[in-house]
Amino acid sequence: MPAHPDTTALIEARTLSLARSGRPVLDRVDFRVDRGEIVTVVGPNGSGKSTLIQILIGALAPDAGTVRRAPGLRIGYVPQSLHIDATMPMPVGRFLALPQRHGRAARAEALAQVGLQDLEAQPMSALSGGQFQRVLLARALLMRPDLLVLDEATRGLDQPGTAAFYRIVEDLRARMGCGVLMVSHDLHVVMSASDRVVCLNGHICCHGTPEIVASAPEYRALFGVGTQGTLALYRHDHDHDHDDGPCGHGPDAPAGAGAGPAAPVRSHGHGHNRQHGAGPDAG
Amino acid sequence: MLDDFLTRAALAGLGVALAAGPLGCFIVWRRMAYFGDATAHAALLGVALALALSISVFAGVLAVVLVLALAVSGLSARGVPVDTLLGVFAHGGLAVGLVVVSLLPGARVDLMGLLLGDILAVGRTDLAVIWAGAALVIGLLAWRWSGLLTATLNADLARASGIDARREDMILTLALALVVAVALKVVGALLISAMLIVPAATVRPLARTPESMAVLAAICGAAAALGGIALSYRADTPTGPTIVAVATALFAVSAILPRRG
Repeated sequence: MPAHPDTTALIEARTLSLARSGRPVLDRVDFRVDRGEIVTVVGPNGSGKSTLIQILIGALAPDAGTVRRAPGLRIGYVPQSLHIDATMPMPVGRFLALPQRHGRAARAEALAQVGLQDLEAQPMSALSGGQFQRVLLARALLMRPDLLVLDEATRGLDQPGTAAFYRIVEDLRARMGCGVLMVSHDLHVVMSASDRVVCLNGHICCHGTPEIVASAPEYRALFGVGTQGTLALYRHDHDHDHDDGPCGHGPDAPAGAGAGPAAPVRSHGHGHNRQHGAGPDAG
Repeated sequence: MLDDFLTRAALAGLGVALAAGPLGCFIVWRRMAYFGDATAHAALLGVALALALSISVFAGVLAVVLVLALAVSGLSARGVPVDTLLGVFAHGGLAVGLVVVSLLPGARVDLMGLLLGDILAVGRTDLAVIWAGAALVIGLLAWRWSGLLTATLNADLARASGIDARREDMILTLALALVVAVALKVVGALLISAMLIVPAATVRPLARTPESMAVLAAICGAAAALGGIALSYRADTPTGPTIVAVATALFAVSAILPRRG
């Protein structure tokens, strides 16, 4: 594994292990996000993605391994789902100011950045799923984050909604220069702007630029480019098993995976766009 | 002015209501109603132990409630369901408290007073303790408001903002212990959690923000306390239960009102 230069990493984890009820959830996982980098973690349900995020944001302590954060690191966290109890009255404007108060102008600007003007007085309970997620994103932005952590933030959004959300994130990265760590359980949908994709399944199966992951021998990849190039639809084949010879733990990552600049998006024709062929659901 | 028992009762009720209203909002938001109940019942054990050990009742109640909170969080971390635990502690605390009270040699303990409160017997010292405790609770909630609110919304969100959700939980538990300790004299162990929950539930439909809900709950609790004292004086009914009955009547009115927001 390549030596990590420590100067550019916003957050760096080494050999994280965690077990629950005797079953390993994470097994010697190495992970890092650099300044200005978009990293997407994909993996099936139960692959330890959320656990990894919890450890990285400091909500959970690993059994073994270390997490090192850049000094003064500000994390903007967008949770997977947030249930606001109906007993708590919570307008959008007040929610944005949790836990720190922000001026009216800052709140309005954050809402504008996610395309939700004039929603301050709305109760959170009256928002649609897509609006709710964008309010969560706006709240994270008010933290002026160095690192934006999105835990399955597009769950439940339809494809145009997801595409719009990803465009906002990409735009924010470009403007604010923050690192972005995204998690997706949907193996087909990975943001094309990802500099690196990390495939997690208890251990790191595969790790590299979208291109390298897409062309990794154990994966067949199918691309879709129907949404202004914002969405890339990968198809990961997770039928391979690791039982008869665990593939090397830790990232046997291809060169350059550690601190890579933005990777060019590989562009195919539209032929393999199965997701779109099936018709986008309006949900 | 403080010579009048009715004035002292009104001030005592007011002090408890002003602290219990905002704290009760957290109890309601976190769906901790049963925790409030368990705490209040266990307070009886605290009184009994305090009398047995000849220490201050306030300290006894505080100690037992804090031990209860630690036991609940410790055991629930080991996989015992929280509602089961609280059921055990609520009734266990009440039962053991009653047993210990009966064992106290020569002590004449006013059991009805402990269970249902004895607000008309509140003295100047009690009043000072009640208002000091209430001020402490209100101060604690105001000081930690943002953190408490964030931790109540979502623990992950709080941790990502650098807020230790478990510390905020402990602060709420401490505030709860304080309110229980000061409210014991006013409404009694059986009805303390009503002072927490009923005002908060009553004003929910009227509130647009968490802050307004906390303020309205304090006002509603105060109105119930004053109304209950006045009513019990006229109708010659037990004061603590009358206060809670008035609060419940207010809840019924608010529940019938058309909902908004």
